[in-house]
Amino acid sequence: MKYLHPRNRAILREMVITDFKVRYQNSVLGYMWSLLKPLFLFAILYIVFTYIIPLGKGIVHYPVYLLTGIVFWNFFVESTVLGAGSVVSRASLIRKISIPRYLVVISSSLSALINLGLGLIVVFIFALFNGVMPTLSWLLIIPIILEVFVFTLGLSFLLAALYVKFRDVTYIWEIVLQAGFYATPIIYSLKSIPEQYHKWFFLNPMAQIIQDARYVVVTNTSITVWSTIHSLAVVMPFIVILLFVATGSYYFKRRSKYFAEDI
Amino acid sequence: MAENTEVAVSIKDIHKEFILPQHKNSTFKQTVVNIVKQNKKVTQKVLDGISFDVNKGDFFGIVGRNGSGKSTLLKLIAGVYTPTAGGIELHGGLTPFVELGVGFNPELSGRDNVYLNGALLGFGRKQMAEIYDEIVDFAELEQFMDQKLKNYSSGMQVRLAFSIAIMAKNEILIFDEVLAVGDEAFQRKCLDVFEKYKSERQTVIIVTHNMETVRRFCNRVVLINDGKVQDIGGPREVADKYSKLNQDEIDRSEEAKYSQVQSSPIGLSAAFKGGKKSGNNFSSGDEIELHVKWSPEHTPSRMLINLYKRTGEYLLGLAAPLENPKSRSEITLKMSPQLGLGNYFFTVEAYNEKGNLIGDIYHAPGFTILKADIKGMGEWNGLFAIEHTWE
Repeated sequence: MKYLHPRNRAILREMVITDFKVRYQNSVLGYMWSLLKPLFLFAILYIVFTYIIPLGKGIVHYPVYLLTGIVFWNFFVESTVLGAGSVVSRASLIRKISIPRYLVVISSSLSALINLGLGLIVVFIFALFNGVMPTLSWLLIIPIILEVFVFTLGLSFLLAALYVKFRDVTYIWEIVLQAGFYATPIIYSLKSIPEQYHKWFFLNPMAQIIQDARYVVVTNTSITVWSTIHSLAVVMPFIVILLFVATGSYYFKRRSKYFAEDI
Repeated sequence: MAENTEVAVSIKDIHKEFILPQHKNSTFKQTVVNIVKQNKKVTQKVLDGISFDVNKGDFFGIVGRNGSGKSTLLKLIAGVYTPTAGGIELHGGLTPFVELGVGFNPELSGRDNVYLNGALLGFGRKQMAEIYDEIVDFAELEQFMDQKLKNYSSGMQVRLAFSIAIMAKNEILIFDEVLAVGDEAFQRKCLDVFEKYKSERQTVIIVTHNMETVRRFCNRVVLINDGKVQDIGGPREVADKYSKLNQDEIDRSEEAKYSQVQSSPIGLSAAFKGGKKSGNNFSSGDEIELHVKWSPEHTPSRMLINLYKRTGEYLLGLAAPLENPKSRSEITLKMSPQLGLGNYFFTVEAYNEKGNLIGDIYHAPGFTILKADIKGMGEWNGLFAIEHTWE
């Protein structure tokens, strides 16, 4: 498979290492910020939704529940935002060298993936402190990570290629993300929503992903797509993902020949 | 050349057009507006049917005036652009860059940048580790490799980039005007590398404006003009054609300028006459004349007339003999310079008794030596002919 050509792997590795090294250059705490950022967001949301608007009431292990959602959502945001800008921000590279264009998108997604990994370590530590019993089901987080990675990669391909032609993309995407944050059960539980609407929430793959992650890590009382829909329609979120991956990679492949002159 | 005519790069009827929308559709609103207004897209033809082969072992030159499309051609060969029509066949790996130090990150150390740049050129960690010391040696940057690149001088960055480029080499190398960088010592080193490539029969494609480089290294050259192949062949003929092309342009654009240059404070002016010949194109050894005039009331006490090659070399400085300056307001210099091929021009400087510059003409009349035939010399190359005997 040409995607695994050692030459391309070498480029990917160097780009990811560079990102990793450069990202928190000149900051005192350095890479700690990858952990601190979601932790602070978590602290704020936790205080707000436990003491001010008690949305988290009645949810078991609400802190871990909340943190899991935040870590996955953060990955989604980071990966797609970095991915959308990946081609344009590497314009100098694209204009001068003929490396496969998809490498820059994958490398930015991989950078975000490293942060997701770090965030999940915090989630597990939190879970232990919060009295969640570690079980083998924690391992099921791996296919979920894979799923969210593929989903964001597909989106990133689409956004990155669009962004080369239309610079509005990032603004529109910001709004979509803002709306998505509330359309996805991150701070609230699906239990607070009337049951007949649940299936609509699961049209959003992020809802399915976060609920599944909560199910395997935190509590099996988490409402998942599997417990909501009992027909073939249960594959809906996966179809949505497939759709984005297909259009994203098709459009990216078609446009990537002209990136050098379009940027 | 005869025993090895395997093709390295085959360029077949390449066309390249760029679409230049009058208003670039970079926002949705503009797109909508433009669809409604039905703005016509303007296409710019940059390359219009270019075909040629580069053989293995060729030191192949691409020359052409600015805007002739040669950089676009290079980017097409490097695979950065996609041709509108036509195709390019590569037989062998190609160092896919048209600029040195692509992907260099100022926040990384020199060492990390070597590996990063190497990966982009197609070399993995292991391969780079093997040639790492050579690269650092050649760049002469041993003690700087752990420093961040942003603390390097631009010359140091270029040295590092060039060292990587020549060490991490592929079967086919592409260079775009790289010799314009670095100090003299480094430039000499680069020329040595080119010398080595030439003797090793490494396939090299180079884009340059420097005809000296072309004559010295290339065995085949293509001249691109207005997106078409104007000439292809040996370095001497093509370089001469290129020089002629340039001189024609200079003549056209500077004819008017010369008359204006004449109005310096002391009325200094210089006119050029080519002995018996008209125009500004000569053969080596032809007689040429330079008339310098000034207004009688501002007679200089000292006057220097200099001859330069347009590539910058200072060839000759003459002090005009103004023994009886009050009685004259002009002087004529006649010479029959046995110069090599290229473009030349005079400059004139006038000084008063105190040694202050009171008038000067830069880029005064220029001429081109298009033929370097000198009786009894046979074939020769270089800046100028030196009388000699064979025993």
